Amino acid sequence: MYRSLFPGDLFAEVDRLQRELQQSFDTVSPSIRGFARGYPALNVGSTPASVEIYAFAPGVDPARIDVKLDRGVLTIEGEREASVRGNDEKATVHMNERFDGRFRRVVSLPEDIDPAAVNASYRDGVLHVSVQRRASAQPRRIEVQ
Amino acid sequence: MSNQNVTRSDDKPASAGNEPALLPPVDVVEDATGITVYADLPGVPKDRLNVRVEGETLLLDAELALAVPQGMEASHAEVQRTRYRRAFTLSRELDPDKVAAELSNGVLRVRIPKAEHAQPRRIAVQVA
Repeated sequence: MYRSLFPGDLFAEVDRLQRELQQSFDTVSPSIRGFARGYPALNVGSTPASVEIYAFAPGVDPARIDVKLDRGVLTIEGEREASVRGNDEKATVHMNERFDGRFRRVVSLPEDIDPAAVNASYRDGVLHVSVQRRASAQPRRIEVQ
Repeated sequence: MSNQNVTRSDDKPASAGNEPALLPPVDVVEDATGITVYADLPGVPKDRLNVRVEGETLLLDAELALAVPQGMEASHAEVQRTRYRRAFTLSRELDPDKVAAELSNGVLRVRIPKAEHAQPRRIAVQVA
């Protein structure tokens, strides 16, 4: 019978379990651009009049976040500087979990949005992009004569 | 940038507040005079942040507050909880009375200085 070369590889086993758990929680199929549970995390919501995108991007200079809308695809990119600098010899880094470096996330938006009516604001580390839907796409009440 | 009051109590950490919370990513850096903790808490305004020292435990507890338009339906959510929580056990040489915290652009920075007697001292070598 075949036996693993490293029968005691607990870490690999934990890793595999974690992936399985992750997949069982994600009931929807992943996007073609992957799960990308990276930085910044994204929440997307919609109202009848707009599409709201929240990017959780703490510790970034708002002037250095690049938000682009091109053919219905919203791109958020930028760079976050590390708070932990390796050049300080006297400092010891005990934990280093926070993201640093360049980031880029992409959301494809519904077809009825108005590319001219986009509003982006940054507050408490959250970038909020609000895209209005076209007025012609909104439900309208028609008066009966 | 805003300074935050750090409360201190000598009680054991309360077991209350066990609702599921997000575990914020942190960086912890130690230098000669103390330890600095950086934690990512996006969406937390200053008044929803609670940093406290309970006994030997440093507790970060924060609540997310987003301005969401009325009637919004979530279609994709990677952040699904509205609370952040994380705890650290402090060691004896740290001074829990002098913990300072500030919150800026969703990043919390907590500075815990070492007690004075624990700071490095150069010991002069006597030549006989």
